[in-house]
Amino acid sequence: MIKLKINGEERELDVDPDTPLLWVIRDELKLTGTKFGCGVAQCGACTVHLDGSPVRACQTPISDVEDSEIRTIEYVVGSSASKEGKAVQAAWRALDVVQCGYCQSGQMMSAVALLTTNKKPSDKDIDTAMNGNVCRCATYQRIRAAIHDAAKRLEA
Amino acid sequence: MTYQQKIKDGETLDLSRRSFLAIAGGAGVGLMIGLKVDPAAAANTAQGAIEFNPFVKVSPDGAVTVIVKHLDKGQGVATGLATIVAEEMDADWATIRTEFAPANPNLYANLAFKAQGTGGSTSIANSWDQYRTAAVTARAALVNAAAEAWKVPAGEITVVKGVISHPSGKKGSFGEFAEKAGASKTPPAVSPQTPPFKNPTKYVLIGKEGLHRVDNDSKTDGTAIYTQDLHVPGMLVAVVAHPPKFGAKPKSFDDAEAKKVKGVEQVVQIPTGVAVLAKNTWAAIKGRNALKVEWDDGAAEGRGSDALMAACKDAVSKPGVATATNTGDAEGALRGAAKVIEADYAFPYLAHAAMEPMNAIAEVKDGAVKITTGAQFQSIDLFVASKVAGVPMDKVTIDTVWAGGSFGRRAVPTSDYIAEALTIAKGIDGKAPVKLVWTREDDMKGGYYRPMYAHKVKAAIGADGMPVAWHHRIAGQSIMTGTAMEPLLVKDGVDDTSVEGASNLAYSVPNLKVELTTIKAGVPVLWWRSVGHTHTAHAVETMIDELAFAAGKDPVEYRLALLKDKPRHAGVLKLAAEKAGWKAGEKLEKGRGRGVAVHESFNSFVAQVVDVTIKDDGQVKVDRVVAAVDCGLVVNPDVVRAQVEGGVGFGLGAALRNAVTLKDGVVQEGNFDKYKPLRISDMPHVEVHIVPSQEKPTGIGEPGVPPIAPALANAIFAATGKRVRDLPIGDQKFTSV
Repeated sequence: MIKLKINGEERELDVDPDTPLLWVIRDELKLTGTKFGCGVAQCGACTVHLDGSPVRACQTPISDVEDSEIRTIEYVVGSSASKEGKAVQAAWRALDVVQCGYCQSGQMMSAVALLTTNKKPSDKDIDTAMNGNVCRCATYQRIRAAIHDAAKRLEA
Repeated sequence: MTYQQKIKDGETLDLSRRSFLAIAGGAGVGLMIGLKVDPAAAANTAQGAIEFNPFVKVSPDGAVTVIVKHLDKGQGVATGLATIVAEEMDADWATIRTEFAPANPNLYANLAFKAQGTGGSTSIANSWDQYRTAAVTARAALVNAAAEAWKVPAGEITVVKGVISHPSGKKGSFGEFAEKAGASKTPPAVSPQTPPFKNPTKYVLIGKEGLHRVDNDSKTDGTAIYTQDLHVPGMLVAVVAHPPKFGAKPKSFDDAEAKKVKGVEQVVQIPTGVAVLAKNTWAAIKGRNALKVEWDDGAAEGRGSDALMAACKDAVSKPGVATATNTGDAEGALRGAAKVIEADYAFPYLAHAAMEPMNAIAEVKDGAVKITTGAQFQSIDLFVASKVAGVPMDKVTIDTVWAGGSFGRRAVPTSDYIAEALTIAKGIDGKAPVKLVWTREDDMKGGYYRPMYAHKVKAAIGADGMPVAWHHRIAGQSIMTGTAMEPLLVKDGVDDTSVEGASNLAYSVPNLKVELTTIKAGVPVLWWRSVGHTHTAHAVETMIDELAFAAGKDPVEYRLALLKDKPRHAGVLKLAAEKAGWKAGEKLEKGRGRGVAVHESFNSFVAQVVDVTIKDDGQVKVDRVVAAVDCGLVVNPDVVRAQVEGGVGFGLGAALRNAVTLKDGVVQEGNFDKYKPLRISDMPHVEVHIVPSQEKPTGIGEPGVPPIAPALANAIFAATGKRVRDLPIGDQKFTSV
């Protein structure tokens, strides 16, 4: 049995220790906001927060995270959202960032993590923090603008 | 004539029984017969919602549900169709809901294709009159019901934001009259004094800013559901070992290790590989990786991309097998010309690489089949599913969900991934619903690429510098041959999608010849966002730039002089140049360059001006793209801008560094480490300007793509004096001049 602390709850699951966190989140816990895109930490669609830091769940074995607090998009922009989570979601909505939307949970997770440590990121900071998150619809310009917008919301 | 023009002129694709039988090569059932036609049975999900027609439902609480017949894979068509309905119904935007239509070509055909499907940037164009009519009809039914209840003339009633009112003070919501209005089965007459559709000057939603996408909320809180997210009770996840070469088949396999993986339930051989079925995705992936499969390569394509490109190059060095366009005497004019420019171009295979790898859920039960996926070409999918499962077409149900991108990949003439899911479900005798999951590698190596092409262009200019002859040869695989679209799109050996954008050259050139040689290869090919224009626009728009420079003229002025009878091309070109601050003859400071391109595709017109910097290491950085677009009347300006921004990024990633290559028939790129997508640090600032228009709406999903590569190449030339004719640019280093 594997014990997990996820989205403020403790869960006990009967899964192989080598199972990537991604598949536990999606298939066992049915939290499907976290997406499968590449399986090799190249696209960022599976980004979750591990003790507040963004990690790629597809390359994180479940056995490595038993002592960590895991948070997914459902929590990070949900009713328990931090002010950064709320600001990012509001900015994403105000600017209609999404197109197909498949990568956007991961994008928002990376954006929230960035804004949590850097209240006023420059374009360069944004590019560095967000370069691991691929969007094939190429919504990047709006992502950049939305992060600036969220930073402004946090200032207010 | 391009197929977009054919569609504009009212010709439609014939996806009738005969052409389907031609591709399927056997007995089948008719496409348009035998399907359920009861709209109530077809779309009956929203609680208590009352069906007004196949496209509009109104609930007693006042919610208006728009049935979206097209797949929304990010292009925003759900928002567009909802906007059209809300406008013509005078509904309150806040009450608008959408749901995807079931597969039912009798009700939900794309009127441009006469078949249910999404593509060719036709969604809004073909739906424009149909959805307006549906909305006006629903509105009239509600007004009539109110008039009857209030015993007042319908003509005295007004509707604003879903509230029906009469000067006497009587007021009611859509919801109050939904039941009564929806129950009247005869379509209500629209008063002859009332124009059937709203006058555009009265629009409050269409063309207006500030409307948010209908999928804006669900795609920003993790609740939007894609195929990958569905968990059907009792389902098994299937991951398939596919052959490394196209056309190979499994010969034998050893599943001893695979079956040891906890969660693996069954292993079945199918024509396209060996499927491992497991209780969860990870077990299925591990099981697949543990399989040992021996492949029969007898019928497989064994050539590498170098050999395939050599075949294309060889073909363009000789007269084309077919002629797409021949006006005047291009070869004669070239022989007598003072100045001739000759250029060769090469374009690689490209993968769509949508963020959501291909997937589908198939259920086989009691002689019926249910497919759930981001279905993009339901008419074909219905036909293929019926054939694979061996059930009549009226026993096939297809539910459509949001798709995590497509760029054309989810509309496949063979319904490849749907057929595979269904074959597996059948292979386990329907004992469980099957979710087929392709990993990124399955998706990237699974074929159906934008074909590889070679072009050769010889063009001549006269003493005045203006072109006198243009001789253009193209060679590559045909997308349409062997598909249901072949009868309309392949004529006299010319697949229109191989030459579109070149065969109908916009520039006025007196002697024009465009030839095509179709290459046969075992690599599956497919339309890829903007289809033939992905390569023809590059050849045409870089060559016209070469001619302008050879003539010593400004590239914008040169183009405009050749576009005198093409006002919409000229319109976007002028607007983009103006907004970009283009100055004739201006040379930017050393290390910087500015280039332009203009192209029509899918009946829309886009011009782009690109600014680049050549970095100290010789690599190109794209700083800014200024785009101007004319796509007729605009339903959602922000969606139009988003599509052009995205189209620029999509085309830019491909132009900079994307290629699918093969070595001895084996695809070398499996994931984003080798097929490197555009990332945020590559994304230029993109400005989109829209030409105001009252023409009928045309496409916008694709037309933003074609101009970006040639505008970029022309900007690189301006900065370095070096022409970029082959794509992708790759690791090339440039030197500023």
